[in-house]
Amino acid sequence: MSGVRLLVGTRKGGFILSSDGKRKKWKVSGPHFGGWEIYHLKGSPADPDRIYGSQTSGWFGQVMQRSNDGGETWEAVGNEFAYDGVPGTHQWYDGTPHPWEFKRVWHLEPSLHDPDTVYAGIEDAALFRSADGGKSWQEVSGLRKHGSGPHWSPGAGGMCLHTIIQDPANPKRMFVAISAAGAFRTDDGGATWKPINRGLRSQFIPDPEAEVGHCVHRIAQHRARPNTLFMQKHWDVMRSDDGGDNWREVSGNLPTDFGFPIDVHAHEPETIYVVPIKSDSEHFPPEGKLRVYRSRSGGDEWEPLTKGLPQSDCYVNILRDAMTVDTLDPCGIYFGTTGGQVYGSADGGDSWTAIVHDLPAVLSVEVQTLA
Amino acid sequence: MIRVVLPFHLRNLARVGEEVEIEVTGPPTLHTVLDALESQYPVLRGTIRGHNGGRRRPFLRFFACEQDLSHEPTDTPLPEPVVRGVEPFLIVGATAGG
Repeated sequence: MSGVRLLVGTRKGGFILSSDGKRKKWKVSGPHFGGWEIYHLKGSPADPDRIYGSQTSGWFGQVMQRSNDGGETWEAVGNEFAYDGVPGTHQWYDGTPHPWEFKRVWHLEPSLHDPDTVYAGIEDAALFRSADGGKSWQEVSGLRKHGSGPHWSPGAGGMCLHTIIQDPANPKRMFVAISAAGAFRTDDGGATWKPINRGLRSQFIPDPEAEVGHCVHRIAQHRARPNTLFMQKHWDVMRSDDGGDNWREVSGNLPTDFGFPIDVHAHEPETIYVVPIKSDSEHFPPEGKLRVYRSRSGGDEWEPLTKGLPQSDCYVNILRDAMTVDTLDPCGIYFGTTGGQVYGSADGGDSWTAIVHDLPAVLSVEVQTLA
Repeated sequence: MIRVVLPFHLRNLARVGEEVEIEVTGPPTLHTVLDALESQYPVLRGTIRGHNGGRRRPFLRFFACEQDLSHEPTDTPLPEPVVRGVEPFLIVGATAGG
């Protein structure tokens, strides 16, 4: 029988929430690595029992974890992330050059095909790759050595590479996004990269339409349409239909177009989800109402989804890696909040239930759809 | 034999109790004790200091015999009672955070 497994990273540990295909009754496992920040947990598409985890701490730094049995047991693997060559500098908050320095792993993206290959997006922004199940990591340095690298600068949350998308139709193509540098694409397996930010407009940089410097919060893609990308930017929800070469705004009638996550329905490539947040200064839902917004037209026209979500006095945030969709039918949507709730919908967003109420602040949510 | 007391999270990471015993080759110093500790428990590499003998992580302290050795040069010999195994070498996490 089919089922789902939610991998939840929080400020104080990792949790695994499991259910059958009905997605009504849930089993909670955890905390795994209690007391540590678990930035991200993600399973291999090629082997769902293989899960990678980023475990971090202000005291003890970065630890990388790997499970070979679906999260029952874990082993620490390699945690050395050495930049390729002389790291050089990027731009600091005050505009001065600042040495590139590893801080933590924000996002893990296992290969679509090989359980032992996994990509890591790190702070200070760079892309790393392991081909031995996480034992050793090598920088995909063509990205950071792109000519604009010295001009990248951090957002308030740090200069992180948070989004990694492998093109399912073209193994040489990959997309990444960095706060606050923007989106980049490689068409040659990572050797060279180019910024793909044409059409983005950001008022907080001197040239609002600059080639780099945009605070992209998240990019999502539907596997059936790899050239169509959806972006939640610092402000603005954007869309590209040419692999990121050009973007147009699709914020439409959203109550606010600030937010962090964005995701695409598993079976409807034009159905997308965002969670509007009041502003960059007030990271909580407008009017204290937690609303997921769904567009069935690939943007521009949006409808609020509220059934089962708090519609008063709700002041949580939903972080960029904290929304995910399963591949069951109907499609399941899940998101976690900084208030420790993980909400799930087993009907494409029409209605929601709090799977758990009181976890630590949720940093990330990923789902595995199990056969 | 050097006795090393680890903070809670590193004990869990290394899957050991509060105190471990380390055999050090050559004169015991901050550097050689940490080398030996990381050799015996590779999972601790990078969690106490940078990789390849790098800098102490800022929120950790090294105490022994009621002295703070955190800011001493890494080739400083450890106090005699620590070398003889009478007193432990303590790795302590700073009190901070929520």
